[in-house]
Amino acid sequence: MSSAEAVRATSSALLDKKFAPANRNMAQTLRWLVLFAGGVLMVMPIAYMISTSLKWPHEVYNVNLIPDEPTLDNYLFVLEDGRFYMWFINSGIIATLTTISNLLFDSLVGYTLCKFRFPGRTLVFVAILSTLMIPTEMLVIPWYLMSQSFGWLDSYWGIMFPGLMTGFGTFLMKQFFESVPDDFIEAARIDGLNELQIWWTVAMPLVKPALAALAIFVFLGNWTAFLWPLIVTNSTEMYTIPVGLSGFGDEADVAWELIMTGAAISTIPTLIVFLIFQRFIIRGVVMAGLKG
Amino acid sequence: MANLALRNLVKTYGQTEVLHSISLDVEDGEFVVFVGPSGCGKSTTLRLIAGLEEVSSGAIMIGDREVNNLEPKERDIAMVFQNYAIYPHMTVKKNIAFGLRSSKASKVDKEARIQEVAGILDMVELLDRKPSQLSGGQRQRVAIGRAMVRDPAVFLFDEPLSNLDAQLRTQMRLEIKKLHQRVGNTIVFVTHDQVEAMTMADRIVVMKDGHIQQVGTPEEVYHSPANSFVARFIGAPSMNLLPAELSAEGLTLAGKVLDAGRWAASPVGKVLLGVRPNDLYIDEIRPLFEGRVSLREPLGSETLIYVETEHGEVIARADGRMPPEVGATIGLGARTEDLHLFDAASGVSLS
Ligand SMILES: Nc1ncnc2c1ncn2[C@@H]1O[C@H](COP(=O)(O)OP(=O)(O)OP(=O)(O)O)[C@@H](O)[C@H]1O
Ligand SMILES: [Mg+2]
Repeated sequence: MSSAEAVRATSSALLDKKFAPANRNMAQTLRWLVLFAGGVLMVMPIAYMISTSLKWPHEVYNVNLIPDEPTLDNYLFVLEDGRFYMWFINSGIIATLTTISNLLFDSLVGYTLCKFRFPGRTLVFVAILSTLMIPTEMLVIPWYLMSQSFGWLDSYWGIMFPGLMTGFGTFLMKQFFESVPDDFIEAARIDGLNELQIWWTVAMPLVKPALAALAIFVFLGNWTAFLWPLIVTNSTEMYTIPVGLSGFGDEADVAWELIMTGAAISTIPTLIVFLIFQRFIIRGVVMAGLKG
Repeated sequence: MANLALRNLVKTYGQTEVLHSISLDVEDGEFVVFVGPSGCGKSTTLRLIAGLEEVSSGAIMIGDREVNNLEPKERDIAMVFQNYAIYPHMTVKKNIAFGLRSSKASKVDKEARIQEVAGILDMVELLDRKPSQLSGGQRQRVAIGRAMVRDPAVFLFDEPLSNLDAQLRTQMRLEIKKLHQRVGNTIVFVTHDQVEAMTMADRIVVMKDGHIQQVGTPEEVYHSPANSFVARFIGAPSMNLLPAELSAEGLTLAGKVLDAGRWAASPVGKVLLGVRPNDLYIDEIRPLFEGRVSLREPLGSETLIYVETEHGEVIARADGRMPPEVGATIGLGARTEDLHLFDAASGVSLS
């Protein structure tokens, strides 16, 4: 997503330079070329994923995009393997619960940091922000030790707990609550709502676009999370899709065609989530445009 | 319904005191307007009454209760904000119903109340719309409806009309005044527009720098301003203030000595002579001052003329059909009863 934005930024920067009318077409062509290159860059991995999922094992290492002998065998194999459904459900439960948790708690903390003055507010905010600077790779060992001593290894809770709230989500929500005028909150206070009700009935509906964006981020992030679920789980029943898929094949050979097949199937829920929440984002923009 | 009293109200933010011991009694059913320049503490006073800010010292009484430590919802007040603060994600009806959330009334009674309020504000057919589908004036009415629906003891308005265009503002001004006559609740209304204050108020409270300058009916603050600040703030165009001196001989105005008249007994010293532009008339025989017309502002029925005198610029009103030419030298006179004198140092009226 960010590389696409970068491409667009570059191309519009190119256009902004005042081209003489004669150069107008050149500029247009250049713009399309840059966008096209960006598009290809984005689509290629997905195209290869689908292409590989349609190949026989012996053809996997051929770079051709169109399989010589396309087959749906891989799909049959993956779908007949009962474990795949198990992982699918695991991932679904974990990503959904984590998303709900983030929507609730990130916005609750973000709202508090944004709309209340209390001693230590800045300190708390800086502390939350600073968690963004620590890479996951550095955290997995403390997380693991913690899970071990609490007995959380190989459980849903163990997989989920590090991501139930995120510094990024809190920051995002805080920034969005800045755009909610204080008057709304004060009006609700006068109307007799308590602070929790104000957050829920007044502030939250006004930041729906941000919530939708956060939901997409968190869901995708957890659906595709690999490192931590790999470390914290032991039993096949607890695997998430990425962890489970990576185990396809045997020691000697990684079965890429099966992994790609599983990956292709597992993009479907992420597409659905995106399609559902994206509408809120667009509607949010429209609503803001109408307010005058 | 209830009266409202402020007793030595002080508000400080950190080290800065922004309200200095404000005291005021508002009668039950009275329409009081706070007016003053930007930053004088009008909103702060209103927010203290509403309970949105904590009082630093002093007391606020609504009815016979001291409400200092009560939550806004327990104070039996309702507030209308400058930018309406109606919730964009709710329909007009839900917005109005929001004011009833904490009420214990039955569903049927609430519904009836909503319809009644919508009827009074003439927006029954708007109930199912979203705020984004309303005009500015309609949004303001929704905000008033949400405040009205609870029938609070005191209505608080913080510059509710300043986001509307001039014509709508005049219309809403009238509507709010009519509404007050109809429902009769106590109203505290904040504005920085002295015309709004004059037209709507039973009593005007003029504020400056966190102090009350004068409390009085529109006629009182206009005809007997307590000090030179009120004199200049109320009335448009502003009252002319000219340096003069009060002495044993009389009132000296740029070398000319006038009869001290009703100020004969006032302490002598430097003073400011105040006269409103519409109390000045062209008088070539015994002019108060003379000067050259430097600018004309036609307003239709009348024309404002800016006259350069030896005391400084003076604004006067002239007949719109035959105003003096720019560049002409004219004399201006005024009746003694239309003159005001203020102490030059303190600004306090000497009347
Ligand atoms: N939260 C705050 N912290 C510090 N100072 C404040 C705060 N709120 C208001 N003030 C100060 O208090 C003074 C009075 O502000 P207030 O908002 O009451 O003015 P006002 O009369 O309503 O002006 P306006 O006509 O511009 O709305 C101002 O000098 C303002 O800077
Ligand atoms: Mg204000």
